[in-house]
Amino acid sequence: MTDAGHAQRLTELLRTNADSLVGRWVDAVAALLRGRATKAELESDFREFYDVLLPLVGSDGKDTGSPAFGEIRSFLDEYSRARVRAGFTPSETASSIFSLKREVFGLTENEEDPQIFRQLMAFSGLLDALGLLTFEFYAQAREEIIREQSEQLLELTTPVVKIWEGVLAVPLVGTLDSARTQVVMEKLLEMLVETGSEHAIIDITGVFAVDTQVAQHLLKTVVAARLMGAECIVSGIRPQIAQTIVALGIEFGDIMTKASLADALRYALRRDGVDVVQREVR
Amino acid sequence: MERVPILKIGGVLLVSIQIDLQDQSVLALQEDLAEKISSTGAHGVVIDISAVEIVDSFIGRMFATIASISRLFDADTVVVGMRPAVAITLVELGLTLGGVRTALDLERGMKILGQLGRGRTT
Amino acid sequence: MPPRSEGPEQVPISGDDDVVRVRQLVRAYAQQTKLSLVDQTKLVTAASELARNTLIYGGGGFARVEEVNDGRRAGVRASFHDEGPGIPDLTLALADGWSSGSGLGLGLSGARRLVDQFDLDTEVGRGTVVTVTKWKR
Repeated sequence: MTDAGHAQRLTELLRTNADSLVGRWVDAVAALLRGRATKAELESDFREFYDVLLPLVGSDGKDTGSPAFGEIRSFLDEYSRARVRAGFTPSETASSIFSLKREVFGLTENEEDPQIFRQLMAFSGLLDALGLLTFEFYAQAREEIIREQSEQLLELTTPVVKIWEGVLAVPLVGTLDSARTQVVMEKLLEMLVETGSEHAIIDITGVFAVDTQVAQHLLKTVVAARLMGAECIVSGIRPQIAQTIVALGIEFGDIMTKASLADALRYALRRDGVDVVQREVR
Repeated sequence: MERVPILKIGGVLLVSIQIDLQDQSVLALQEDLAEKISSTGAHGVVIDISAVEIVDSFIGRMFATIASISRLFDADTVVVGMRPAVAITLVELGLTLGGVRTALDLERGMKILGQLGRGRTT
Repeated sequence: MPPRSEGPEQVPISGDDDVVRVRQLVRAYAQQTKLSLVDQTKLVTAASELARNTLIYGGGGFARVEEVNDGRRAGVRASFHDEGPGIPDLTLALADGWSSGSGLGLGLSGARRLVDQFDLDTEVGRGTVVTVTKWKR
């Protein structure tokens, strides 16, 4: 990997000119980012990067997966992650690394050693590989954030609420996918136990489409609730969904369905021996 | 092999399963219960499984068997306190315990047996 | 990243109480891998069915439990080994309601529905190995 003899001259140059080089690099990147990162921050990041980079000079960056690159990989991972959170674009993140190239080229302009050219080529390849790594880590971090957010959203959009003593309701809204339905249904069953509720109303007025899998999850939940000693009522089935259910040949069997959430609530209350009566208003 | 104790409260037999059931214990419980229902003339059986972490097909079948046995002695069976994860698993397994009554907790189970008992002519 | 496995553990299945022991072992692995409670319960239930099969139809054998990782997610894998008569007709054995013993016939087909991966390797006269895996969601 590292051809010590050949890389020597470049390594030596990089080592002796470290301060001025990092300084110029920081200036260049600070200009690029137009003040969105302070020079102090950049300075400390780049110094760290520079320190882990030096022992790798001489490599052409084709083997960034090898153990020798462990340290710089974890640095770039952390660096890219921080950049994602701070709202920088992937190009800004990678070009910060690429910017070092121009500074190093400037430094070697007046060199006469013919070997230095070859060494620079390799160094350029190395920085390219490292820059690309930031892309990879950037994308990974981004995916993690999206996953976290969609989980949070799931929690927010699927509340299980107690609407009466012994009656829970889950208003489902939007497009139901299999994963989401499963999460909601598990939460609903947990809540039945926690609140000691014998009735649960699953209201699907706000649901635009169901597929076979989702319908299966709904059915399984109803059966599971029954095993636990509770009853589920499905309310608010839209005409289109009723058609889908019939077309898909899904057997809703003996599941209690009601036109609206209000009807379902009235039914649940009646089962519990509560009657809702209208009093004359004077 | 551990045996599951059977308690008698009024006209109801209470079975509270607190151990990880092995098949022999399941079979022993079925026998013990049949004997106890016949000797006490109980009108109801409550099986509390709130402490049970898994119900496989063997244990699931026990509930149905106990319900059938008690019916022969004119007694009702209620299974109470099934955990959500257990219920979801049973459904996935394809076991729906047709014919076995269930309730959220012991109190409600006793209430159901009381209501059913009142409906009796004896 | 290559698949990583951590300390597989093996328990014999030669009696009734071993089925309980297998359940407890699988539960311990499922908790360690941080499977959700529902997934833990599903896997342990599947293990219980399969361990009973090994005992009753396979004439005993052993179970092997390990933590696995496919590079993207962690999971728990359990396999059940016997040197029994084997299963002559797989399609039939995997159908709901079929049983050669005294069960409900939900053992194999039910266990398959409870896990993410189900592999069955059987040879008449040689024995059967059933391997199940549950991945972390």
